[in-house]
Amino acid sequence: MKNLLLAVFMALAGGSVRAEEINVAVAANFTEAATEIATAFEAATGHRALLSFGPTGQLFTQITQNAPFDVFLAADSARPARAVEEGLAVAGTNFTYAIGKLVLWSADPGLVTDETVLSSDGFTRIALANPETAPYGAAAVDVMRNLGVHDRLEPKFVRGNSIAQTYQFVATGNAELGFVALSQLAGRTEGSAWIVPDDLYAPIRQDAVLLSNGAGNPAAQAFVGFLKGPEAAAIIARYGYGTDAG
Amino acid sequence: MPAEIWGPVFLTLRLATLSTVILLVLGTPLAWWLARAQARWKEAVATLVALPLVLPPTVLGFYLLIGLGPSGPGGWLAGLWGGRSLAFTFEGLVIGSVLYSMPFVVQPLRNAFEAVGDRPLEVAATLRAAPLDRFLTVALPLARPGFLTGAVLGFAHTVGEFGVVLMIGGNIPGETRVLSVAIYDYVETLQWPRAHLLAGGMLVFSFVVILGMTLLEKRIGRARG
Repeated sequence: MKNLLLAVFMALAGGSVRAEEINVAVAANFTEAATEIATAFEAATGHRALLSFGPTGQLFTQITQNAPFDVFLAADSARPARAVEEGLAVAGTNFTYAIGKLVLWSADPGLVTDETVLSSDGFTRIALANPETAPYGAAAVDVMRNLGVHDRLEPKFVRGNSIAQTYQFVATGNAELGFVALSQLAGRTEGSAWIVPDDLYAPIRQDAVLLSNGAGNPAAQAFVGFLKGPEAAAIIARYGYGTDAG
Repeated sequence: MPAEIWGPVFLTLRLATLSTVILLVLGTPLAWWLARAQARWKEAVATLVALPLVLPPTVLGFYLLIGLGPSGPGGWLAGLWGGRSLAFTFEGLVIGSVLYSMPFVVQPLRNAFEAVGDRPLEVAATLRAAPLDRFLTVALPLARPGFLTGAVLGFAHTVGEFGVVLMIGGNIPGETRVLSVAIYDYVETLQWPRAHLLAGGMLVFSFVVILGMTLLEKRIGRARG
């Protein structure tokens, strides 16, 4: 038994000696892109980025309670800014890594053609992310307000805890359609979708920030640098995000 | 307090009351069978009932989400009254709660029925009581403490349910936004005064329920002993 414990301890200790590990809080919509970026980051630098996914608001709440995150990839620019204001993040390190695009999506191939479906009675449930904690949910509310259908549709709302859960509500067919992130549809062809025009919602500027926890950590700084680099930019663009460059 | 706070409280009480009634109706014959039957495979059934004790709520939530959806039995059932899915409905939550709280009701009932033993029932039989009569006038009254424990635990456990509701509920006010989900939301959106109010209430409620049940059980035990 003693030997076994020792072996386990050695294995655990050994793992952290080989490579620097950092913890990154990632907004749910960026899940797949971040996973790919983390793999590329490890290949390039040898450091490992451990990713935690969730709705931006929830991650922010955890950060205010000293969650051990080194970098925060939010789905908005407000919360990274607030993290800096409250002394939880390093001033001047926040920057926009991606601009999110909103999509109205259905697993049913014939349902969504354009915004007219929102004024039809062709569905009983419409999914969106909780607008209080998820910026994509707030953007969805914007869109419905601008189209003048929000109040009529509100009784049909189902709110996903994050954009990931919202996607899953629609994918399982439990909600006929819903507002999800374009990045979630990357590489998928099933169902029907309408890419919401930019002028219907405030741009979803997704900012990253170096948290105080990772301030003195070279691996965390390297990750932020890598996120700004061309390799990450290519991955981000491939998932359908806009960037400041174009 | 605003309706936003009272809404989830009443919804939760409604869910827990309805689930407890259904659990007692379904659980009583099941527990009776588990306590009395000789079938060898009955322990397999008992194990199925007990599974929610050890499974993470995400497992049940995942299967429910599929099962309640348009391509599962729930979708078929919803189709009977023109719906297409039982997910995101109060009815869906009741189904989830009944499955999830089942062991908390069936186990105490089974124990109580087993504690009754063969003797009183045999005596009743020699007095020519029919099987149903024996069950209603002998077994049920003797098993009363089990019903009390089962009902209280089933009710309290449904009130305390969170993971399953989060996965199949869709957070709809008045329909699926129960207490535990409302607290979670308040915490995540940093509305902590409200979170404190509801969480503190739950704490007091749970304490009172468990203490009350323990005291009552003791009293019944003394009255019998």
